[in-house]
Amino acid sequence: MTDVPSPSGPTTGAVDVAPGLQRWRSHPVLLNVLVAAALFGSAILVWVVPRSIIAFMAFQASLLVIYLLPLDVRTKLAWAAVALGVLMPMLGTHNGYYMEVAIQVGIFVALALGLNIVVGLAGLLDLGYVAFYAVGAYLWAIFGSPQAAKFLPIEGVFPLPAPWFFAFLILGLAVGAITGILLGLPVLRLRGDYLAIVTLGFGEVVRVLANNLDKPWNITNGPKGITPISRPPLFFEPALSALGIDAPPSVLYPLLFYFMVLGIAAVVIVINRRLEGSHVGRAWEAIREDEVAAQAMGVPLVRMKLLAFAIGASFAGVMGVIFSAKQLFISPESFTFLESIGVLAMVILGGMGSIPGAIIGASAVTILNLQVLKGLSLWLNELRNSGLTVLGYNLADLPSQFEPAKYERMIFGMILILMMIYRPAGIFPARRRKLETYHRGEEPAA
Amino acid sequence: MTLLEARGVVKRFGGLTAVNGVDFSLDEGRIASVIGPNGAGKTTLFNTFTGIYAPDAGDVRVGGRSIVGLTPDRITTLGVARTFQNIRLFKNMTVVENVLVGMHARVALRLWDVVGHTPAFRREEGRSVRQALDLIGLVGLSGKEDALARNLPYGDQRRLEIARALAVGPKLLLLDEPTAGMTQGEARELMAFLRRLISEFGLTILLIEHNMRVVMEISDRVTVLDHGEKIAEGPPAQVQRDARVIEAYLGRGRAGAAAP
Repeated sequence: MTDVPSPSGPTTGAVDVAPGLQRWRSHPVLLNVLVAAALFGSAILVWVVPRSIIAFMAFQASLLVIYLLPLDVRTKLAWAAVALGVLMPMLGTHNGYYMEVAIQVGIFVALALGLNIVVGLAGLLDLGYVAFYAVGAYLWAIFGSPQAAKFLPIEGVFPLPAPWFFAFLILGLAVGAITGILLGLPVLRLRGDYLAIVTLGFGEVVRVLANNLDKPWNITNGPKGITPISRPPLFFEPALSALGIDAPPSVLYPLLFYFMVLGIAAVVIVINRRLEGSHVGRAWEAIREDEVAAQAMGVPLVRMKLLAFAIGASFAGVMGVIFSAKQLFISPESFTFLESIGVLAMVILGGMGSIPGAIIGASAVTILNLQVLKGLSLWLNELRNSGLTVLGYNLADLPSQFEPAKYERMIFGMILILMMIYRPAGIFPARRRKLETYHRGEEPAA
Repeated sequence: MTLLEARGVVKRFGGLTAVNGVDFSLDEGRIASVIGPNGAGKTTLFNTFTGIYAPDAGDVRVGGRSIVGLTPDRITTLGVARTFQNIRLFKNMTVVENVLVGMHARVALRLWDVVGHTPAFRREEGRSVRQALDLIGLVGLSGKEDALARNLPYGDQRRLEIARALAVGPKLLLLDEPTAGMTQGEARELMAFLRRLISEFGLTILLIEHNMRVVMEISDRVTVLDHGEKIAEGPPAQVQRDARVIEAYLGRGRAGAAAP
């Protein structure tokens, strides 16, 4: 669009995410003070009033501030490490619900990034993405619980010992990828709406299988679900005791899951970025733009589409394994069509084909659902129970159909509609890479 | 040496025979044109040469090797590149990215190289980008590397399509109406550029063209299709005088009166 060199160069490594803020980049001290104030200020606020949703949202907003301010990449990463590696675990231990929110956000960030590869980059509309998540979850649920003994004639092996969990993370990755290829093979020739319908069917088939594979062999325990599922070992507990820190497992398990999810989400982000900036990512986008032209330019359609399905699905597979261990109980109800749509909504809301978009989309939707809308409906309920009178009408007289809890989905739907009308490209739309960010044989920028 | 050879190529769409038993051959380093009225089967013939359609009968050989049944991307790796009649760029990608996609098959990297950012990745990526910039300079689009393809003016889009096709590293370049929508001056410029490709890069070029001045000026040989059949072939001057060609373009009865 323009020949003007962008203000951010590879030498400084800054990301030009918010062009309006660029003029502040010559004041790094000021910026860092601002970040520190936002981060620690909100963290202290959460610590003092742990039940205030607004305080926790201020903390989340300060993470966004780190991303948006024109700091160089290393400084941003350092601040993010402080916020997510130190402050968040402390706040999460103080109020366990926030830890749960953070873990869920992490899981959905990885899922959204996986789906972003398939839908956003390769342009293959997948409405059954949650199937891969289910496959990962059931994989560990079956073998990490007594369930496997119900159909395998081996005594005393199941549930597998807790350390096996880590092997199953890798296995979940592999099985997810294989399932992705299995879905990919029959739908290679399909495009657009047809592809969407088949993937929708695939998602339902996996859920229905999970629902019905309790006979003739009891593999999934049907609609009753599987429980108890083993959790990974608290391998760091002895080290903590040696340091004189004794914490109950109820504190340590969320911490373990939090750091696992954080680590995997970070790895997923790095993999995504690297794929996007390579011939693989360009081939996916070329397929999205024009399949015929892409193939005529030497892009092997079959291989690249299967690769997109496999990589996208593998992320979901890994997160499924973690999900089942975290929940201790899973049933087919956790993997409905609505879940697939939810992840898709995150990708679209954030910005199709955009990595920051998928991250912010997953965070925003999860926080909205778990925190904001819940908080809102609780607040409305309180108003109602207090018998407040508005315009001469006593809220306590509202019929039960108007119960605030029922507004949650409606408000969520309205937000989606408004977003699509006023910002159809998403919160952080995909940006094209500038030439200078490409490697030209020199040392690449960060 | 014969680079492209087609024998008895037939392509049917339901009851319509779009290409009917066409023989064609093109020697290395030459430039040939396929002409004919609308609906004569020119683009369909092109599509059988590039694997977008598999011929219902007959054989197509590139460098002596049959390409029937190969997917378009495999045929591309054998050294056949093309442009499209209705420009088919990757509209939401930048100029340099469009050209880089053309190099896809030539990138020898494994997934691990990409995810691990190995030295091999940096080397290959650096090489690709430098080559892409060279090609962009060659077609005269320097300075527009970061522009989105869809924001380019029409003539630049045609140039970019050629740059993208050249990125494939072709021996044979198929251009489907490259001068469509160009002024006579721009068309002339493009012809000079195509001649340069042949002399400097040893390319072989096959054109579909409606601009007769261009066709007659540049082609070594002209093939005329009508209703899916080859009705004439030979040097431009000879084809120009062919009674059947004149008839195909102008209709029976006026053929004698209106030789161009």
